[in-house]
Amino acid sequence: MTDTVATMTPLSRTQMAQRLAHDIPEGWYVNLGIGMPTQVADCVPAGREVIFHSENGVLGMGPAPAKDAVEPWMINAGKQYVTLVKGGAYVHHADSFAMIRGGHLDLCVLGAFEVAENGDIANWATSENDTAPAVGGAMDLAAGAKRLWVMMDHTTKDGRPKLVKRCSYPLTALGAVRRVYTNLAVLDVTPNGFAVVEMCPGLSFAELQARTEAELHKAG
Amino acid sequence: MIDKRVATIAEAMAGIPDGATVLVGGFGAVGQPNALIDGLIEQGAGGLTIVANNAGVGHVGLARLMELGRVRKIVCSFPRSSDSSVFEGLYRAGKIELEIVPQGTMAERMRAAGAGVPAFFTATAVGTKLAQGKETREIDGRTYVLECALPGDVALVEAWEADRWGNLTFRQSGRNFNPVMAMAGKTTVVQTQHLVELGELDPERVVTPGIFVDRVLHVPYGDPTGF
Repeated sequence: MTDTVATMTPLSRTQMAQRLAHDIPEGWYVNLGIGMPTQVADCVPAGREVIFHSENGVLGMGPAPAKDAVEPWMINAGKQYVTLVKGGAYVHHADSFAMIRGGHLDLCVLGAFEVAENGDIANWATSENDTAPAVGGAMDLAAGAKRLWVMMDHTTKDGRPKLVKRCSYPLTALGAVRRVYTNLAVLDVTPNGFAVVEMCPGLSFAELQARTEAELHKAG
Repeated sequence: MIDKRVATIAEAMAGIPDGATVLVGGFGAVGQPNALIDGLIEQGAGGLTIVANNAGVGHVGLARLMELGRVRKIVCSFPRSSDSSVFEGLYRAGKIELEIVPQGTMAERMRAAGAGVPAFFTATAVGTKLAQGKETREIDGRTYVLECALPGDVALVEAWEADRWGNLTFRQSGRNFNPVMAMAGKTTVVQTQHLVELGELDPERVVTPGIFVDRVLHVPYGDPTGF
């Protein structure tokens, strides 16, 4: 290895979660999708009050319990054991989704297969003929929350771009995504397409563009 | 004296006909009325439409009911689970019909059924394949899709506490779909962990009042296990 080769290390999952959590202001009501976004809850800076919502009727979801303190009636939407924070509340499913669909959540963070430059998101099925596709609450969250951020790797495992001109997978919602946090960059969805807010250190704009199908713009 | 308590699972399941639409509470194993599902297996009705968030795990409960060929159609938001092989096998073989519904639309369709609202407009699923063929309307500049109420002939519900009038409380996240299904079922059957005397439940704490409940069976089984 010669020292003329630029070094660029993509963000780890934890670093991505920390980066996203940094942007959540105090007082927001937030739903974190199953999978990668779940980790964001553990990364909110100490002393900042953010209230987490889970679709199965939990408002004020806390971290996972200690092994000897599991409460068998207390799970989140990913069916993992969780806790309730002081001030939390239980509601039934219709009220829980009224919070979502009624525009009461400040933020939803979802994972995605693809995000298009017009804000379309595809995150629930990988083909039109998926065997038994499972949508869960993704369509309600994407259409209902005040803002939708996506947290995902910039490309697929085999290097295909996930930030695309038009989604090829079945859509979850039209024009819903406001911002995308990847392991390479933070990008806003604007009327002109993706605007790069920041890139991971050591990565050039041209290198980021090379890993992105949609045309990138510089923010600001 | 009003007394909705029944002594046996057979009484709880009496009269469920072939072809019935059965709403089944729970989210995963939590709040799922397992004893009533077993009762339905025993009772024998077939050609059922099952409305539940998930499509069964392993070879027990809903998965067993499907495996026995008793379910014509399942309406759910998330058919996949840690082991949903029974459902997936039947679905691939074309032996069961699947209606995928966004989870919030599913809950609201049942709430609407319980509240006498035949249909409503929602932004959820607009522009997706789950809205294909459905009426849309633009209201104040946004497009919405028309979704119809989803009533049940029967609702199977799990409660934490119940009294003889059918007033119910739920435990933590075990509440989930149970209260809306109780509203949406023509006949609502409850299994409860605790049976209490009339007047023991603080009225401020009752989540589902007895007007939505028809039968109560005491099933003190303990904690939910297995997802």
